[in-house]
Amino acid sequence: MIATVKNLKDTRSGFGSGLLELGKTNQNVVALTADLAGSLKMNEFAKEFPERFIQCGVAEANMMGIAAGLTIGGKIPFTGTFANFSTGRVYDQIRQSIAYSGKNVKICASHAGLTLGEDGATHQILEDLGLMKMLPGMVVINPCDYNQTRAATLAIAEYFGPVYLRFGRPVVPNFSEESQKFEIGKGIILKKGKDVSIFATGHLVWEAIKAEEILAQKGIDAEIINIHTIKPLDEKTVIESVLKTKCAVSAEEHNKFGGLGETIAHLLTREVPAPLEMVAVNDTFGESGTPEDLMKKYGLDAAHIVAQAEKSIQRKGIIR
Amino acid sequence: MTTFELAKKIRINTLKMTSLGNSSHVGSVLSIADILAVLYNDILKVNPQNPEWAERDRFILSKGHAGAGVYSVLAEMGFFSTEILSSHVQNGSLLSGHVSHKGVPGVEFSTGSLGHDLPVATGIAMAAKMDNKKFRSFVLLSDGEWDEGSNWEAVLFAAHHKLDNLVAIIDYNKIQSIGPVKETLNLEPFAEKFISFGWKVQTVNGHDITELKNVFSSIPFQMDKPKVIIANTIKGKGVSFMENTVLWHYKSPQGEDFKNALIELEK
Repeated sequence: MIATVKNLKDTRSGFGSGLLELGKTNQNVVALTADLAGSLKMNEFAKEFPERFIQCGVAEANMMGIAAGLTIGGKIPFTGTFANFSTGRVYDQIRQSIAYSGKNVKICASHAGLTLGEDGATHQILEDLGLMKMLPGMVVINPCDYNQTRAATLAIAEYFGPVYLRFGRPVVPNFSEESQKFEIGKGIILKKGKDVSIFATGHLVWEAIKAEEILAQKGIDAEIINIHTIKPLDEKTVIESVLKTKCAVSAEEHNKFGGLGETIAHLLTREVPAPLEMVAVNDTFGESGTPEDLMKKYGLDAAHIVAQAEKSIQRKGIIR
Repeated sequence: MTTFELAKKIRINTLKMTSLGNSSHVGSVLSIADILAVLYNDILKVNPQNPEWAERDRFILSKGHAGAGVYSVLAEMGFFSTEILSSHVQNGSLLSGHVSHKGVPGVEFSTGSLGHDLPVATGIAMAAKMDNKKFRSFVLLSDGEWDEGSNWEAVLFAAHHKLDNLVAIIDYNKIQSIGPVKETLNLEPFAEKFISFGWKVQTVNGHDITELKNVFSSIPFQMDKPKVIIANTIKGKGVSFMENTVLWHYKSPQGEDFKNALIELEK
């Protein structure tokens, strides 16, 4: 019996709900968008707090500069646009005026990855986590579902410093605790196991949960860990898990270069040399299609996690 | 110190700094020395004893390559010791080539990559409006920087939001890094562009201290409109062989060039 959840919600609505809550509880929070308030579910905030909502038009570079400037006097700007336009399009602005300058800007990015679906490759950024984690001092977060995205939105307002918060477009299972307290940089062990560590982020966490059940039917006891914060990585949790299981799988909706897998590989080679298989996009761009079909086609589903887990287990103790 | 004397000191400091550090952009600083002197001596409400004073006017040098000019004026105004200036761009110095806020009192914002800081200054102006603060947001840009589309995004935005506490100053010396502006990417008709975008425009002689004072003192020229001051300037102003030349954007003043330039600036 594979896990099912009737409660389906989009992570972007979790952001919108969290932002609305922040509007009520934190006077310093201001929200900016580059003509995508509806897509980012920011309309409720805009309606309730028009004096703290700034429409920048389709001008993302300006929006990032405005956000950096707004931070004076303690404001906490939340920028909202698609992940593609939140990162690559404005990388230089973020690098100089937000990251180097240490400005307390929250870069909130929707429609990340293949699950953007029908809009196609130009919008399906699969490089954003890598771009953002390369910036010194940038916190990079990719929550797994609606509840966690909401909790993360609330949490980043309490943290001082630049943050990249990534979420997505489609409805997906909403399975994490509604009342959870989001701890930046703290991995969540969803199920303990001894045979293989599966580190998943974002939409792939649910796939990892499904994969665990398939693996269990095959007699494999997998440990499932939700790494919602790619940077700073919860090194302690990763190391402790791999010391026990001796092999690992990473799973993310991102290019295999630059994402969670690479971050974990960096840690393992340094601290706990062990086989690591990556469930990620194989250095290619996406295409139009339904989210589910694309995730399957590009190898980002439970079946692929299972296959990579078995491969990783086979490689235990083998140096080649 | 008179504003004239301050401008002279900025020029001499910059010549020495770029010579000692074997660094570029002396011509770019000579171009803005008078503007910086007027701003800091006569216009900006800032406090060298309390650089973080919340009510201060904000000033950002968007053309960050002319950082030596900002470091000079800040040191001369007492934000930090003038002795530090000789460390400019050297190993371990806080005074990096393109202006950096890190560890340098009075530097409002780190700059260098062009086209960033009209947006940033616009954000500051917006923040002041949201909080009903009286301080103003000044940003000094190069002319070549107006090739950057991000500036024009901010021009649209600032007019839309009626940010009359925003003052952009353009160092219009008509020479960018490796060629004349009109040959690189023509900006003319320049003033008309701003007028059509809904900005209030003033054109001044960027080396006439009295005229600069008068124009800056009349801010805000018009309620509900962002301001742009197009300052007609001469790249390399003050050193005859550097004036209106492309060469001294990058060339560092050494040897006889340095000596001859210093003689002219100390006159």
